[in-house]
Amino acid sequence: MYSQGLMGVEETPGGEQDLLDRFQARIDAGEKIEPNDEMPEAYRKTLIRQMSQHAHSEIVGVYPEANWVTRAPTLRRKLQAMAKIQDEFGHGLYIYSAAETLGVSREEMVGQLLSGKAKYSSVFNYPTLNWADLAVIGWLGDGAAIMNQIPLCRCSYGPYARAMVLVCKEESFHQRQGYEAMVALMNGSPEQKAMGQDAVNRWWWPIMMMFGPHDADSPNTETGVKWKIKNFTNDELRQKFIKATVPQAKLIGIEIPDPDLRFNEETGDWEHGEIDWDEFWSVVKGQGPCNHDRITARRKAHAEGAWVLEAAQAYAAKQAARNAA
Amino acid sequence: MRENDTPLYEVFLRPRNGLSHRHVGSLHALDDQMAMQNARDLYTRRGEADSIWIVRSADLIASAPEDKETNLSPSDPERKPYRHPTFYVLPKEVENM
Amino acid sequence: MGELQKNTRFEHLLRLADTNLILGHRMSEWIGKSPILEEELALTNIGLDLIGQARALYEHAVAVSGEEDNRDADDLVFLRDAPEYKNLLLVERENGDFAHTMVRQMFYSAFAVPVWEALTRSVDSEVAGIAGRAEKESLYHLRHASEWILRMGDGTEESHQRVQDAVDALWMYTGEMFDMDEVETAAFEAGHGVDLTAVRSEWEKTVREVLTAATLDYPEDCWMLKGGRTGKHTEHLGHLLSDMQFLQRAYPGQKW
Repeated sequence: MYSQGLMGVEETPGGEQDLLDRFQARIDAGEKIEPNDEMPEAYRKTLIRQMSQHAHSEIVGVYPEANWVTRAPTLRRKLQAMAKIQDEFGHGLYIYSAAETLGVSREEMVGQLLSGKAKYSSVFNYPTLNWADLAVIGWLGDGAAIMNQIPLCRCSYGPYARAMVLVCKEESFHQRQGYEAMVALMNGSPEQKAMGQDAVNRWWWPIMMMFGPHDADSPNTETGVKWKIKNFTNDELRQKFIKATVPQAKLIGIEIPDPDLRFNEETGDWEHGEIDWDEFWSVVKGQGPCNHDRITARRKAHAEGAWVLEAAQAYAAKQAARNAA
Repeated sequence: MRENDTPLYEVFLRPRNGLSHRHVGSLHALDDQMAMQNARDLYTRRGEADSIWIVRSADLIASAPEDKETNLSPSDPERKPYRHPTFYVLPKEVENM
Repeated sequence: MGELQKNTRFEHLLRLADTNLILGHRMSEWIGKSPILEEELALTNIGLDLIGQARALYEHAVAVSGEEDNRDADDLVFLRDAPEYKNLLLVERENGDFAHTMVRQMFYSAFAVPVWEALTRSVDSEVAGIAGRAEKESLYHLRHASEWILRMGDGTEESHQRVQDAVDALWMYTGEMFDMDEVETAAFEAGHGVDLTAVRSEWEKTVREVLTAATLDYPEDCWMLKGGRTGKHTEHLGHLLSDMQFLQRAYPGQKW
């Protein structure tokens, strides 16, 4: 999801067979793995990759919403937008802190984000062009994220699972606030309805892509499931999401922009049109409409804040010296 | 930017009086006062705590995973079963004790 | 203690509400730009507190102004132009760097704490209730800003210079806070307001303590700019409003 089926993971389980077997037995027995426990190197690396991509997505995911936060049209929407964005920064920090228990520093992870080496969810590389985009990000974007995050509360790595419990508890209002704002638009003027539909038209496919490549093209899924750091496959999650979303859209008069979307009575599943994977991979690799803007915004905050951090470091050093004297 | 100079703190919250403090996660801060401010902003946005403890992660003394056996097994029910209530046989007539 | 005229009472509430709203909005402008990730949460918390205070005051002001005025709280926020805004000049100043934002916050919170404290004794029980919560929130804002000013002032040469520059640049907007004009005087005399001249000495004491601890110079007396409370603003407010009010202005009369 936010790690999109682990973009760019190459590690395959290797190393000592004994360790792998011992480890797998613990996982299969439903045991949680804690930071200092013995674990295969590939498990540790995969988790670091997944958790840092997840944390980066929370942080970068702020920017599309921040683009509209100062223009929120009522006090109620203003407060809810600020509170939601604030939560997302908090969630990024929870997940960074959980990842640090695996022996990687936040500085290292943030450095990889700023250098462009680390990935984050491709969905945040699309622009927010009208107010309804904020509503759609909450309704559909957070709706898609919840599909993934709830099962992650039971993932095998203790600190990640615990961070996800905090995240899920706090996020329960995010999707609702988005849908509520969407309902208000769809009950509004023709212009407001057009805003709502336009936003869904632009976000539907990027959100479908959030779940990552089809299972057949996602070789890491099997390992993730085996190690219980991924409890459902990409296609399973996408299916759950469509199932939940279609009736919500219908209720408020939103048309889902996929002419091939239809319910298959036999399988009980929704069939959807083909996802443009060329577009997906281009965005993942940096060619999306906003990749440059998002990273530039992050780098700018980092660079312009450097003197503040230096001041706090200098002060802490002086205080330590004064206390020692 | 040298964020690795920023110490890591562990955060413990007591949701309300009568309960014990519970570990919720960690955060970075340059000194104790800032750590306390950050803990409040990061971990108690919904009134989750009436008391916050923070401690530098470096100051925590933790048992080593390899000590698990020696530290913990003496209390293993199979090794010293007489420490556990189920060891003792009571007349059937006594239902609960 | 005479009865306060309705329009004076409304005006007095509006001044308080506008000041908190505008400063809260300024905080929301920091989102995604804060110097460290932890500060994203802190600045937004302050913003949420301030806008929350403003919202309660606007809702009360609407109730006070009664039936002949059919505006609601959102109308007051999104449909008034700059001259109708009655906030202090200090809070509309652009964020500038982190030093400017923290000094502006400290200057304002050092004022807000004793003002809210006095308002807990307002004859208007609604205001007294709002003030009780707001005083606690403002104390936290003051502490947060003061801690940062201490670190910047007693940090590096660069941070010391930046924060001193901010103190000097914003000083001329602080005098307005203590100005007892007709509205403030009438509100105070009727038990609705605060004796701002008395607040002044407490404010000066707080500010002097913070600046001294931070190794910063307390500015010399200078000419103080005023006008915010009567709608004479700096250039900065208009831009803030055009951003904040965009949707309500572009699509009038809609529900959001």
